[in-house]
This record gives sequence, C-alpha cells and structure tokens, in this order.
Amino acid sequence: MKKILLLGSGALKISQAGEFDYSGSQAIKAFKEEGIKTILINPNIATIQTSKELADKIYFLPVTSEFVERVIEKEKPDGIALSFGGQTALNCGIELYKKGVLKKNNVKVLGTPISSIILTEDRQKFSDHLHKIKVSTPRSQAVKSVAEGLKIAQEIGFPVMIRAGFSLGGQKSGVVKDKKEFEKVAEAALSFSPQILVEQYLHHYKEIEYEVVRDRYDNCVTICNMENFDPLGIHTGESIVVAPSQTLTNFEYHFLRKKSIEIVRSLGIVGECNVQFALNPSFAKATEGRPNPEATGVERKGEKIQNSRQAPSLEYYVIEVNARLSRSSALASKATGYPLAYVAAKLILGKPLTSIINEVTKVTQAAFEPALDYIVVKIPRWDMEKFRGAEETIGSSMKSVGEVMAVGRTFEETIQKAVRMLDIGVHGVIENKFIDKKDIWRHIKIPTPRRLFAVCQGIKKGFSIDKIYQETGIDRWFLYRLKNIVDAERELLSVGTIHELSLHKDKLLNLKKLGFSDRRIGEALGKTELEIRKLRDKWKLRPSVFSIDTLAGEFPAKTNYLYTTYWGNHHDVNPLKKDGLIVLGSGPYRIGSSVEFDWSCVNVAKSLKKYKKKSIIINCNPETVSTDYDMSDRLYFEELTFERVTDIYEFEKSSSIILSVGGQTPNNLSSRLDQYGVKILGTKASDIDYAENRNKFSDLLDRLKILQPVWRNFSDMKSALKFAEKVSYPVLIRPSYVLSGLAMNLCYDERELRSFMKRAIEINRRHPVTISKFITNAREVELDGVAQNGKLKVYAIANHIEHAGVHSGDATIVYPAERVRYFSGVAIVETAEKLAEALNINGPFNIQFMVKDNKVYVIELNIRASRTFPFISKATGVNFAEVTVDVFFNKAKDYKIEYPNYVVVKAPQFSFARLEGADPVLRVEMASTGEVACFGETAEEAYLKSLLSTGLSLKKKTALVTIGGDENKLHFAESIWKLKNLGFKLYATNHTHQFLKSKGVRTKLVSKVYEGKRPNVVDIIEQKKVSLVINLSVKGDGNMVAAERKTDGYLIRRATIDNNIALFTDLNSARLLVNALDKYKLDDLKIKSWEEFVHTS
Amino acid sequence: MQSKLILKDGSTFIGRSFGYEESKAGELVFATGMVGYPESLTDPSYEGQILVMTYPIIGNYGVPEKFFWESSRIHVAGLIVNQYIDTPSHFLSRKTLSTWLKKEKVPGLMVEDTRYLTQLLRDKGSQLAKIVFKKDVAFDDPNKRNLVTQAVTLRVTRLGKGSKTIVLIDCGVKENIRRSLLQRNVRLITVPWDFDIFSLNEKIDGVVISNGPGDPKMTGVTIETTKKILAKKIPLLGICLGNQILALAAGGDTYKLKFGHRGQNQPCIEQNTKRCYITTQNHGFAIGKIPKGFKPWFVNANDKTNEGIIHEKYPFMSVQFHPEAVPGPVDTEWIFDKFLDQISKVKKLII
Repeated sequence: MKKILLLGSGALKISQAGEFDYSGSQAIKAFKEEGIKTILINPNIATIQTSKELADKIYFLPVTSEFVERVIEKEKPDGIALSFGGQTALNCGIELYKKGVLKKNNVKVLGTPISSIILTEDRQKFSDHLHKIKVSTPRSQAVKSVAEGLKIAQEIGFPVMIRAGFSLGGQKSGVVKDKKEFEKVAEAALSFSPQILVEQYLHHYKEIEYEVVRDRYDNCVTICNMENFDPLGIHTGESIVVAPSQTLTNFEYHFLRKKSIEIVRSLGIVGECNVQFALNPSFAKATEGRPNPEATGVERKGEKIQNSRQAPSLEYYVIEVNARLSRSSALASKATGYPLAYVAAKLILGKPLTSIINEVTKVTQAAFEPALDYIVVKIPRWDMEKFRGAEETIGSSMKSVGEVMAVGRTFEETIQKAVRMLDIGVHGVIENKFIDKKDIWRHIKIPTPRRLFAVCQGIKKGFSIDKIYQETGIDRWFLYRLKNIVDAERELLSVGTIHELSLHKDKLLNLKKLGFSDRRIGEALGKTELEIRKLRDKWKLRPSVFSIDTLAGEFPAKTNYLYTTYWGNHHDVNPLKKDGLIVLGSGPYRIGSSVEFDWSCVNVAKSLKKYKKKSIIINCNPETVSTDYDMSDRLYFEELTFERVTDIYEFEKSSSIILSVGGQTPNNLSSRLDQYGVKILGTKASDIDYAENRNKFSDLLDRLKILQPVWRNFSDMKSALKFAEKVSYPVLIRPSYVLSGLAMNLCYDERELRSFMKRAIEINRRHPVTISKFITNAREVELDGVAQNGKLKVYAIANHIEHAGVHSGDATIVYPAERVRYFSGVAIVETAEKLAEALNINGPFNIQFMVKDNKVYVIELNIRASRTFPFISKATGVNFAEVTVDVFFNKAKDYKIEYPNYVVVKAPQFSFARLEGADPVLRVEMASTGEVACFGETAEEAYLKSLLSTGLSLKKKTALVTIGGDENKLHFAESIWKLKNLGFKLYATNHTHQFLKSKGVRTKLVSKVYEGKRPNVVDIIEQKKVSLVINLSVKGDGNMVAAERKTDGYLIRRATIDNNIALFTDLNSARLLVNALDKYKLDDLKIKSWEEFVHTS
Repeated sequence: MQSKLILKDGSTFIGRSFGYEESKAGELVFATGMVGYPESLTDPSYEGQILVMTYPIIGNYGVPEKFFWESSRIHVAGLIVNQYIDTPSHFLSRKTLSTWLKKEKVPGLMVEDTRYLTQLLRDKGSQLAKIVFKKDVAFDDPNKRNLVTQAVTLRVTRLGKGSKTIVLIDCGVKENIRRSLLQRNVRLITVPWDFDIFSLNEKIDGVVISNGPGDPKMTGVTIETTKKILAKKIPLLGICLGNQILALAAGGDTYKLKFGHRGQNQPCIEQNTKRCYITTQNHGFAIGKIPKGFKPWFVNANDKTNEGIIHEKYPFMSVQFHPEAVPGPVDTEWIFDKFLDQISKVKKLII
C-alpha cells in the first residue's frame, strides 16, 4: 500500500459536521507515519485536513462517484478509505463499488468489507442478519391499509407506534394502545400518505451506545459506552449524552458490550463501528409475547428472578449500527482520550491492535478499554431561532448544529459546565425563562432545546421526581442529581447576604463542587462575579487541573489533555508559565461559527512553535481538530467563560492570551479580560471595542471620511417611521442586545417596518433599535487582512455573487474579486489601511464593504479572524493564520499577493431539509450550516464544481421557473433563453409563463396552489418532474410576515427542499449557474489538485 | 460524620462517612472498573483490603438481591469513593449502598481527592491504611495472615448435573465461577480450601482452584493438595489465586506486585498469537518464576507481567485474570470451555 485515496465528508450540515474533519485528519496522520501517501478529496476548504501539512495531494472537488472516478483514473491509488468521511463518503464508495469503478482501477477498499457496509445500509436485510446471530431489533413494517396494519399491530402487541410517510414530517404519527385507536389514527395517516409504518413502541427505553474497534485478527474492544439522558425517541445527536453510562449495572453494561462485539464480529468490521441499543429500563415491565431471543425460558417478573438460579435476561433492541467513524465515535474519542480515528486508520492498513501504542499514555497499549475517572456530558447546540418558521420540537431526526462536551468529577459539576459552554446566555441549569407552571410543564412534556431547563425549574417548583420521570422518561438518577443542584441553590438563596456566606468557606466550596459559577452565586447574593472571585482568592478555592489519561491514573501517562474540577486538592500538571500561550477556541459549532474558526485556532497554535512558545488551547467542542490530543502542547477541555479562562490563565501563569482566532465567542471576552489585567496578544481591547460599538465606529468612519450607509438608533415607532421615510425604503432593522434569535431584517415598506419595530421593542424595551438605509443592488465585497501595529501586512479581496442583503455567511464568494473595478479596489485597500492605522490593529481583521456606482461603503469591521480566513488562505496560498502569529511576535513580512490565473468560488451549504417548516430563502440573517469552495479556470467552472459539491444534481434537464417582479424577469430573461437552448424543459407559473411567452420562450404552465387546480406547482415538485427550481421572489417574500402567511413562494421553496431538488432564490447566483451550465458539461470540469492551481508558500 | 483515612506513610485524607462508623485497618488498594461495585464488594479476594474506587460516582444503581452478589457478604474492610449517590435508580435495587454498608458493618468514606490517592498508591505501591473515626486502631497487614480462612465457608456442596465431575477448591470463590461451570452442565462439588479432595471417594474429572485473597504462600494445605492433583494428572484449572497456587505447587514462584491489577480493562495477549483479550483482574501477587514443564500462556500487554501458564504436555492450565468476569468483560469465558474440552479429550483417551 503506497497511495490511499481518502474521501472527506464535504460541507458541514446538520447531522454531518466537524467530526469528520477530526477523523480524516487523524487518518491522514496515521497513514503518513506508515510512509503512505494520501490523496484527499474534500471540497470543504475550511477544514484542517485540507492543509498542506496533512494530505499529500488535495482535490477540492465534489465527493460524488463521477468526480472520484476521474481522480482515481488520474491518481491511480492502491486503496480507498471510506470510513472517515461520514455518510457522504460511504455512499460514494458504495456507488463506486456498484459501478465497478474500484475493480476496474484495481483499488482496494480498506477496512470493513464493502458487502458489510451495504448490508448495514439496508434496514430489512440488516435486521434479518441480526436475527440470525440472535440479536433483537424492534419490529417495524410498512403497510398500505388499515387492515394490513392492524394485523401487524396485533402481532407486535399494543401499544404500537404509527409513523406516516416522510413527506408529512412526523405529523399524523403517534402511539396507539388498542384496536380502536389504531383504526382511527391509521385511517387519518393513510389519507395523507400512501403507506404507514407500524412499529414496536419502546416507550421510555434507555438509549445506550458502544464504540467498538476490531482488527483483522479478530481482536475486538469497546472504547466507550454512552448513555442518553433523554430516553429513546430523541435522536442521539439531539440528546444530552453521558459517558460512561451511569444507570447500568455490571450485568447490563457487559451484556450489551458483548452483544455489540458479536455484531461487529459478524459483520467482519475492520476499523471502527458504533452500535446503538434500546434497553428496557425495567424488564419486569416488559409485555409478554415479544420476540426476544435472549429471554427464552426466563420469567420476566421481578420477584421470580430473585428466586431463580438462572441469570436474568435483558430486553434490548439494536437501533442502529454505523460501520464507520461517526459523530458518536468522535465524542467517544474526546470523552476517553482514545484516538479512535487514528487507531481505526492503522487497523484498516491491516495492523494488529496489539502493535499500536496508546498515544495518550505512550506507555500502555491501544489494545485495551479506557477506564474513566470522570464523567463526560455532551449537550447539543441548537440554533432554531435562526430559521424562520422552523418547528422547535426535537425528536427522532437531527436539528442541532453543534455540541459541547464537559468533563468533571460529578454529574452536577459537569452538566452545569456544559450548559455554560453552549454559549446561549445561561449560567447554570437553573434558568427561569418560563412564564408559569403550565409553561414549565409544557416544556417538560414536549421535548425542545429547553427541556433540561424546564425540568430543573419544575423540580424547583416542587414537581415530583416520579411525575417528571413518567412524563419524560429521563431516568430518576439524572433527575435526583439535578435536584441536588436545585436544593443547593435553594439553600444559597436562603443564606441571604454575603456576610453570612463569608463565614462558610465550605459552603462556597460545596457550591463550586456542584458546578455553580461565580456569577450565578453572585447573582443569588446580590454580588458581582468578581466579588465572589475575590472570596475564592481569599480562601484559595481554585479548581484542580486533572488530566484525561485513559486509565484512571493506573499508570503515569504523558498526557496533555486536561480539565478542571473542584473535586480535588492537587494538580496533575505544573504550570507552563512564561512559555505557555493560551489560544481560545470557538466553542460549539453553530450558524455563523464553525470549522473555519477551528482551522484558524489550530493553525495559530501550531505556528507558535516557530517562536518557541507552548500552545495551550481552551475549547469545549468535541467535533473539532483543535481538541485533538496532538494539536497543542496542552489542551483544556473547558468553558470559554471569563471565570474559567482566568482560572486557567492564573494557574498556568501564562504570558498572554490569543482570542482573535476563535470567532465571536472568545472575542466577546476581550474587554473583561483586559480590565481584569490579562495580557491579550493582538489588537488592544479598547480598539476592538471601537469596532464593536456602533456609535463609536460610526464616528470613526466619519472622522476618517469613509462612507457608510446612513443609520440611527430608535426607541419609538414615530421617529423610526419618519427616518425610514426620509432615507427611503428599504431599510435594515436590527434590535440590539438580544440573543441570537430575532435579529436583522430588511423592511421594504412601512407595514413591514411597523411590524418588526413592534416586535423589536417588545423584545427589549431598554435598548434601542438600529435602522439603516439599505442600498439596493449593491455589490458586497470583503477584505481579509492582517496588520502589524496598524500597518497592513497582507490582504485579499473577494466579492459576493449575490447583491448586498444576503448575509456574508450565506453568500457565494469569489476570489479574486473579479467584479471589483480597479478604482473601487484601490479605495477598498485604502480604507483598510486607514482603519488598520486608526485602530492600531495588530492581528487579523475583516471588513465588509458595499460598492455601488463606484462608491465604497463600509458595513462592518471585525477585528478578529473572520469566517473566510481559511478560504482566503487556501485561495491565495498564503496562510493568514501564520502571518497572524508573525504579527504577534512583530516579525511579519510584507506580502504582495499576485492576481491569480484561477478562480475560487465558495458556496454555502444549507440544511433546510432537516428543519421542518423553515423557509429556505436567503436573508440578511445567516442560515447556512457549512460551505465548500472549488477551484476553476473561470468563476463558472469553480461555481459549478461548488454547486455539485453541495448536492446539485441535474440528472434530468427540467426546471421550474417562477420569477416575481418585472426587474427580475427582465434580468433573468437571457438566462432562460440559455436554459432553453441547453435543452431544458421548462415549467412556469402564470406570470412567468405569460412573460416568457411574450419573449418567445415556450414553457409549460403550472397553476399556483391557491388557484386550486391540480396538478399544481407543488405537485410538479413532489412528483420530481423538475430537477431545478429557480424561484426569484419580489422584495420581502422571505420575511417573517410573509412566511407566516405561507405564500406560494414559501410552499414552492419548501417543497423543493423537502424533495431534495436544487433551489435558487437569488437572481445573480441563478444567472451564474445558467452561465456555468452553458459553458461547461460535467466532463469539461477539470480534475486538478490544489497544488496544480496554487503555489503555496 | 467526618473521619479520616490515614496511610502508613502518614498521608491523611479527610472523609465524610456514608457507611458504618467504626475504625478499621487494612491494605489500601485501588480498582479502576467503572461498573459493578456490588460484585466487587462481595468478591472474597478483597478480604482485608480497603478499596478505593477510581470511578468517581458510586452508588448509582443501589444494591440488588443477594442472588446477584459474588458471595454472601461484603469482603472489603472499607470503601473509599469520590461521590456517593444516595438516590439510586434501578428496578433491581433493594437498598442503598449506604444502608448495605451499615448493615454489614463496613465503613465507607467520601474523600477529597481519590485521583491523588490513586496516584499515591500507584507511585509508592499499595499501602497499609486505616479509616479512623473516634477511636484509633493499629495498622494491620492482612497479607501476613492466611486470609483464605476468613473468606470461605466450610461445607462441601454438590450442585448441577452432567457427565463430568468437577471439584472446585474454594479459596474465596466468586459465585460466578460456580455459575460459569454449572452453565456448562457439570456436576460441581465445592470444597473448602483445606479439604482433602481425595477423601471424597468420587471419580474426579477435573479440579478448579478458585480465586481468593492474600498471599498465595499462606495457603500451604492447598498447595500440597495441588501437588497431589498434578501427580495424579487430573486436569486442572487455576484462577487468580488458583493460578499462583498452581505455580507454587509446580515449583514456580510468586511475588507481590507494586500496586496490583484491579480493574476491568487489563489487556492480556495469548502467547504466540496476535490475540489480545480484555480481562477483569483483582490481584496483588503474580507469578514470577514459571514452573518447569509450563510455558507462559498470557502476558499483560501493558506491563508484560505473566497472566497465565499452561503445561506443555498435560491439561494443567491457569489464568491470573478472571474468565468468569463479573464485574467486567466476558471475553475470556472460553477458558472454561477449553478446560472442559481438555477433560473430554482426557476422558476419551482413558476410554
């Protein structure tokens, strides 16, 4: 084996996120150690795996069989690794195998045999396989009639679960307990959907997972088991998860462990595999007659077991098996310190487990099972407020966009850390954001991201633990632990004054042990966070620094993997002192803060070596590469809160902190850390504040004679309307100081402004609302730069394809900025120089401009590494993160980046399909979950590759065009001609149809939904008659006001997304797409590696 | 109530009691398993030892009926944990861990920093220690006594049906060794450690020497019995203490490990293969000198200590780990099958 092709996972999306950057990166490292070359295909430009230090050759191309086949033909690899790039890579591999590409090119599939992978992907066959090896799976069958369903239901035994088909998205599903109920619900469901699923109902079963590793010599170990806080019914990616399991006895733990090993062996897995179980929390409760191969001959009634000499039997079912690295395996890897992906990579090369050393301890073997002496809590991070109209409830499909992992010595300490890590403005599990008892109960009963807080609030209000258990199925064990926190808070509140508290050092320590933050304790006592901190200083109450060593202290391990706890009185490590430099990570991935900041963080940490500094990363996101064991000299899996960061800073006696490369979360700490006296490397906190404070920044721009859109703050409706009238609509409105929820909006008329203004004032009366003039049809341009002591050292300019008004995170971005005229380009650089100098910028920054009629306006300045940092670095070949570190040590040279002979286009990845109800339209607020970027000789080539990377598939040449507004129609007419000439069959709604008819283009007329005729436009989409939908709407159709009315536009967009059809809602990007299709056929798109485009320094 | 854990080297840990409040001395050891405290506490091999659990949260699923225990009582001299959970949640739980400890008169303490305590034992080796309430007690080295006498019952019992008759020499046997054998359909005669098995007047097809507490060299009578078994070429399986006894009887030697192996994640490599098994272990002593005629069977992948021996010619075998598991992984259950297979082969030869 000399050359391996590794498939990446592409853009980050809901259910497939940063964890595959981690697994791919580890695999590449493992291959490299064996002297094997890795060819990587991954269009996700923000990843760390697509760095020149890792893969030997990188192709920023779609992970689809067509492209991969061409890369195989060009590169002629010996083997292909499919298990490190999530479902995307696995599916692509199966396709390549089925097409015979692998055989033809003599490419060996490494690790688990492809036949096993295919088996695990086929529900029925896999279920049959498991039954053969005496493993139970829940019964489930699709039926087409009530009678047929009833027969199955009776076979399974009531209660059963009825699930309607996918298109209804969980509606019309439900649990039925008898024949009568079944008939009622099934009938209703079948009237909507041609078939329904009748499933065995595993009410409130525990959900348990095992991560298993196997080598080709049949050595098989389980690295970790995990228990879901939420019972079955909530996807494991949506659940709070603890590791190891807390409520399982030895028998349960090892019984399921054995089963997972049996499954893995039966499949011939080589590498890593994840097995998920449902476990009856009380098998005495199980109803008779259920198929359970383990239960033969055993009475399930509790009392009988006691008298019997026979070992008890468990009622369990396998829910899912992933024959690849997964989200859970990334979590398990971070939770245990065991480098699962690294080990899996070695195993697929055929190495025995016994030949691999434990990289964490360096003294013991990889062939073992980690023993934890701590508990890990994972909580998903949701961002549902960011999606208009999206359902808030959580359930069997994933909606969360990221996660955090906390480590501690008790559940109380750890879960309180975890909720703070979420960065959602809460400081502990007791947060009263509920209206009344009824509201609390509602949030306990219906699972949403707020359930944990509702449960705690319920406990506080005196709801019984048993009742909460009955409603939620959350094991009493967890509920009692939460109660312990609630009780402690109650006691704290009864203390009253700080004077009394100061008498009890033990009391404060006890609160810290239960995970209370200084701030929360202060709030309860009417004191500030710093006052509590002073008290801690006085009593020397500081958290201990413990290491994650994989074996509970049994051997002295050389690990740098750390966490803090108040359940200790020693430290496992000594401070690094002046040699150490803290780099703050990004925290959980969420809309707007994702893998790109991890790239910056990792690159900065690694570059510190050049200056003989030791990097200390603080981060709490298990999906990241920055939290890998070998990325930094020290890693704290910790909160990015002021309290914890300063605890670590003071313990380490570090020289300084870098907080400008982890996105907004660490950046937000700048002024507080500065005031506290922490030395911050980079731009001064007061200067950062200049850019963050709208008033100050606006004054600065005026002083520097830099243009900006007119804006003002308002607290009352009247003057707001007057202002809008004066500057003329549209205007951009943004409430200040609210949580991520309701943020920016474009208002096109008075009615909209009134409505948004009213909402904004309702949300927050104390803070004014900012309204600015919105310049229509302006071009948006971004400059990323790094300055040293106010002098610009390196910069790059890119422009958006979409007109201003689409959030920069959702925009299609082109480098170089080929649409910026020379004059504007000069003005942009001059502006950047002026601002860098005025704010004495020392480090990375990003400016967003609007350009219209050769006038350059500044919209925003961020004095930190931006989202586009890795994109720009890889597009230009200059690593901006490295330059940033050079700046910190005053050693940066001047870069002059030459205008390239290639184009790079970054395209957003949306996950609307996962978010039931959300309106998939581009707006001023960001909604994309990831991005890709591809290279090409022209923008069209690069764009087409990018689109194909985000799922565009044009198998059929049919398109639906619905174009609102005369302007759109005129601007898009030429493109429609082109589509027609390309042989596209076009469908159009009435106005568009008439318009095109007048221009001599024939389209097939389809009626709108409200017209009442069938088939209507939604039917056309649902029947998949079209493979492309271009829906250009008039102003404001995507606004909340409109979306609530479920316009035709909304219905078209939603149906398009739900049916997995390519959707374009922006004029400019739709035009570029058509141009690209006009210029290029699939085979014209060149297979060129990154190195063939860019000379990297 | 506050009390102290005092180590022989003078280190003192303040603890909060959740067990029986009586001062007790013993040998302080740590175990790294994450599940199975009821099984561990009732494992007779812990006789005389104060056990530190490295897993920080203990008591989660309460205490089940005696049926699930590994012997009829708690054998540890004391229990040390980080956090004790008094609100267990499990449908098989019949009482809290605290209630149980109190009932069985065993002290239990929550101490400040069990990780530090573990590191101390790891670096300095297992130590004598005492849990002290009001009244002080003297340090007491359990390894100086023959602990086996405290760990076992004195009755001969007969259980199960089958074509093979196995004698189990009980030096402090874990219930699951008995269960594992009975599941494999044998006629099982359990005898005390010092019982003369040849006085049974039975045709013995095989002998299993169980696990048990303390220094193997204190079990003189059992060693003598084993010598006779070897001489008579009766198939023999030694487990844990039984492994050490076999080594001593066959002319090998044993020694005390620095801090022992106690956990559920010990990797053991079967010699001359690439196979590695994850095993449950609980021992402070190990085989040093391999007896003549035997070869190493298993070796610990982490510290390379011997984990089992097998005779080159005769069906004598023994393992340092626990094939019966409980608590811990069940990967090496096949040892019982292998042993019984050997017996079948021998029986065939005789026929």
